[in-house]
Amino acid sequence: MAEFLNNNLQYLLNGILAGSLYALIAIGYTMVYGILRLINFAHGDMFMVAGLVMIFIISNGAPLWLGVILVLVMTVALGVVIEKAAYKPLRSAPRMSVMISAIGVSYLLQNCALYFTGGLPRTYPAIPMLKEKHTIGGITIESVFIVTPILTLLLVVALVLLIKHTKIGMAMRAVSKDFETSQLMGIKINSVISFTFIIGSFLAAVGSMFYFSKYTTVVPLSGSMPGLKAFVAAVFGGIGSIPGAVIGAFIIGICENLIKGMGEGWTVFSDAFTFALLIIVLLVKPTGIFGEKTTDKV
Amino acid sequence: MTKTVDNKNRLVTPKEKSKKLGLLTAILFLIGLYAVLIALDNFIKPSTFTLMLIPVLKKGAIYSLVCVSMNLLNGFTGLFSLGQAGFMLIGGYVYAIFSIPASQHPAVYQYFDGGLIKFSIPELLGKVIGENAGNFIGAIICIIIAGIIAAVFAALIGIPVLRLKSDYLAIATLGFAEILRAFFQWNALGKITNGSNLLRKYTNFSDMKIEIGGNVIKLGTLFPFLIATICIVFVFLLINSTYGRAFKAIRDDEVSAEAMGINLFKHKMISFVVSSFFAGVGGALLAMFQTTIQASAFMSAMTYEILLMVVIGGIGSISGSCIAAFLYIACSEWWLRFLDSGYLPNIFGGENIAVPFFRDGFRKVVFSVIIMIIVLFFSKGIMGDKELSLSRIAGKFRRKKKAAASAGQEVQSK
Amino acid sequence: MKKLLAILMALALVVCCFAACGKTDGGNAGNADNTQKVVKIGVYEPQTGANGAGGKQEILGMQYANKINPTVEINGETYKVELVYADNESSTDKAVSAASKLVAEGVSVVLGSYGSAVSIAASDTFKEAGIPAIGVTCTNPQVTEGNDHYFRICFLDPFQGTVHAEFAKSKFNADTVYCLGELGNDYDQGLINYFSEASEKLGMKVIKENFPKDNSDFTSYLANAKKQGADVIFAPCSIQYAQLILEQSNAQGTNIPLLGTDTWDNNKIVETTKGTNTELYVSTFYQEGANPEFEKGIKEWMNSDPTALENNGGNDMIAAVTVMGYDAYMTALEAIKNANSAEPSAVMAALPTTAYEGISGSISFNEIGDANRDAAYIKTANVETGTWDFVAVQKVSA
Repeated sequence: MAEFLNNNLQYLLNGILAGSLYALIAIGYTMVYGILRLINFAHGDMFMVAGLVMIFIISNGAPLWLGVILVLVMTVALGVVIEKAAYKPLRSAPRMSVMISAIGVSYLLQNCALYFTGGLPRTYPAIPMLKEKHTIGGITIESVFIVTPILTLLLVVALVLLIKHTKIGMAMRAVSKDFETSQLMGIKINSVISFTFIIGSFLAAVGSMFYFSKYTTVVPLSGSMPGLKAFVAAVFGGIGSIPGAVIGAFIIGICENLIKGMGEGWTVFSDAFTFALLIIVLLVKPTGIFGEKTTDKV
Repeated sequence: MTKTVDNKNRLVTPKEKSKKLGLLTAILFLIGLYAVLIALDNFIKPSTFTLMLIPVLKKGAIYSLVCVSMNLLNGFTGLFSLGQAGFMLIGGYVYAIFSIPASQHPAVYQYFDGGLIKFSIPELLGKVIGENAGNFIGAIICIIIAGIIAAVFAALIGIPVLRLKSDYLAIATLGFAEILRAFFQWNALGKITNGSNLLRKYTNFSDMKIEIGGNVIKLGTLFPFLIATICIVFVFLLINSTYGRAFKAIRDDEVSAEAMGINLFKHKMISFVVSSFFAGVGGALLAMFQTTIQASAFMSAMTYEILLMVVIGGIGSISGSCIAAFLYIACSEWWLRFLDSGYLPNIFGGENIAVPFFRDGFRKVVFSVIIMIIVLFFSKGIMGDKELSLSRIAGKFRRKKKAAASAGQEVQSK
Repeated sequence: MKKLLAILMALALVVCCFAACGKTDGGNAGNADNTQKVVKIGVYEPQTGANGAGGKQEILGMQYANKINPTVEINGETYKVELVYADNESSTDKAVSAASKLVAEGVSVVLGSYGSAVSIAASDTFKEAGIPAIGVTCTNPQVTEGNDHYFRICFLDPFQGTVHAEFAKSKFNADTVYCLGELGNDYDQGLINYFSEASEKLGMKVIKENFPKDNSDFTSYLANAKKQGADVIFAPCSIQYAQLILEQSNAQGTNIPLLGTDTWDNNKIVETTKGTNTELYVSTFYQEGANPEFEKGIKEWMNSDPTALENNGGNDMIAAVTVMGYDAYMTALEAIKNANSAEPSAVMAALPTTAYEGISGSISFNEIGDANRDAAYIKTANVETGTWDFVAVQKVSA
């Protein structure tokens, strides 16, 4: 065990970082799915847009603190606008239409990003606080490695408390249990959904700051792969369950990096592995680790 | 809504008669279309217009087939699958692998000692029945093999995956497509797939020609249309058979379909395998069109694109899918290209008008906005779930006339 | 409301159709006004997608050349040279239609592309139309092999791979080399193949690893390189990944010298190394400072045009691909002059014997259509200034 740790410490650290970043995105997926039963394909792209917005603001000479605030506000606004414009009109439409609308929004965001960046890769501004280097046991790591997992866990705890102990949290739980009945009970569905999107986008914006501080190049497709993986994490943990999504994200992040560490021949399948894991989970336990069993109503 | 229209039509004309008439028109239309395509390739002098038209037509025919195959799954059986690009990838690669001439192997598989498969079906046939016929029939054989292998993969994947429901199925099939792509790029399989490198030099559309009395007739544009027509007609017949009715029953309500005695798994599997077969055929045609094939192009973005075409055409309409495929390809590769060029072409002659925000990528922005408008405001697409037919067209005209007449009356009465 | 929208959209589509058809008519009418004849040169380059940045820099060279030499004499008549652009989106499935656009526009010769796969994919379209093409920086041997119509002015992958292997041996006395390439990208894989062949001949141990497309986490790959005791990392990948690799290698304190190929010769990349302790060497086609007169001109032009400056990555540092773009344009012009005709077939016939004294060296073609080039420039990143320093001219010890 000690030997394994010694050999793979770097990969584990990388995996924990990747996992906590996926977790921040996965929560957005899992909450939206829990309430709307919709895979929000645009979520990963919102994350990318948050990155580009930050680059744009900082390159125009704004100070960092302003950039951070603006990115949070604008991403949240974007999330709410997308919900109001692209999902709300289709609330009574079949699920496939809503998902297609999500794919359409994702396509639109990517193409807008392509247009505004002119297809050139953009470099994310450095956040000095996250870039400090530390050497621990012969391994050099940046602060982002330490800060991100801690912050992710704090946010998750806060979120779980919010959902368990506040009025809006109770409303969210009710809506995710039964959409129609909760409406009859007097819950304002639309404001609950908006609130869900606000939280999801907020976490995506936070995630984008850490993610792009670590992986500094932003291109229009930057969001699609992390988004897809975060979604897999959400399914893995049992879609609709926040702790499940976080655990799923950590498992995927760590496994992926350990596979990369297995050497020649294996690295090819680091992405494929994620999807293989997804399919296995779906087949063995379709509701994920923490998912609740549901039955079809006729 | 549908019922009343149908009833009306039945009252106006006997159904049988209109069916026969429709069939006749369709055949005449196809013959006319084929004649035009042959003419385009052989007798019409190439101009700016035809040079752009021909590739768009070819690609449009290929995408029509792929859209129809996706529609069979998503629109008629209600299985939301996002694995289309994966099956096209299999089809394209299988086609290419079996039709690269032996002499080209060392050049194509330059990093893999000339590859493992050392023969080419069109070439072998060519030795027996002549080069042109060999290419033509060989290509068809390779396309069929491509379809079959894609279908076999679909059957294997389908056994576990088809038990999943709606979005889980979507994400699982998407995952399979991604895994497939990794396998095709894997160097360990390089002797067959050429790893990350292109496959090229195989039989393509420009090899499709026949010799009649010393004159060579090129069939490059006709070929994809021919294959696509045969396949689409097959899908059409399938949908109107008992199987098709079972598919639709599953789409409308799985639980009641099962209660009525429809074997859910069997029918889902048939639909999935048939759809993948045609996706494989479409992939093979796409490989022929591109003249080279590389796994990295078959991303999930390709599946999304096909899905959007299906939506634009109308989920559950074959003719809608075809119309949408041609419109989509023509817009994205031809008509809207000027949006990238920095100026608005002046229709009335004279200098082009410079528009500063027309630069690369603008075409795609406009395009995705159009798509969003269709998805949000015209969710039925061009055709809804109906088919293009003579009586419908006639009905449209009649209704318009009536409306015009009644409008005229109103004016008069006022 | 819906109906109105539908009608509006239909109208918009119809207008678009007319616009597309009318485009060429407009062009012709324009000619009639100017009474000046036009010869069209096709620019087949990626402007978006993974290679968008490189493609844009290459186009800059052509645009500048077009600005300096906007006309050509054919049969004593002055023709205006017009650049016609087609974006291949760095993707082989968009290659054919982009190429068809150039064919339809009636270009005399095509320049491009940055990236070999898209060049190979479009090759047959040009061949069928009988239009010659000049590859600018597509280095894969398959581009020209067996193609009479495809020429190229840069060196090839087998040469570049060998140069790097020899450099790794001579400079670092390396025993183990670590190759990192993008899965599914033939440029990366081809170079790694030639590099490892040459390295094994020199007795070095080669480790090859691939990362999936759109990957941005390279930390574990770099950890692998370190764990396996690599002396040098050879990473022939596109600009987007190069920046990430550099950044993460620096953050992680990998401290292994990096070898980059011609794609790495980019302003953004060299800027990333500023203030770090990265050791980065790249091979390229041209060394900045070799032709001060040319550089002064192109820098002035870039600084006067904000779009050009942005496409160059925000400053006026000259990338080798820009110089190659310039040379490609000039070579094409030379061929048109030699052919004394704007007919594609005549230009194609003239190209094999065309020779031109370019900024990046003298250009002439061998029997395959490849440039006779036997030298690559090795540059290193100066981590203090964030610019390139010249190291050596590397030839292959055949």
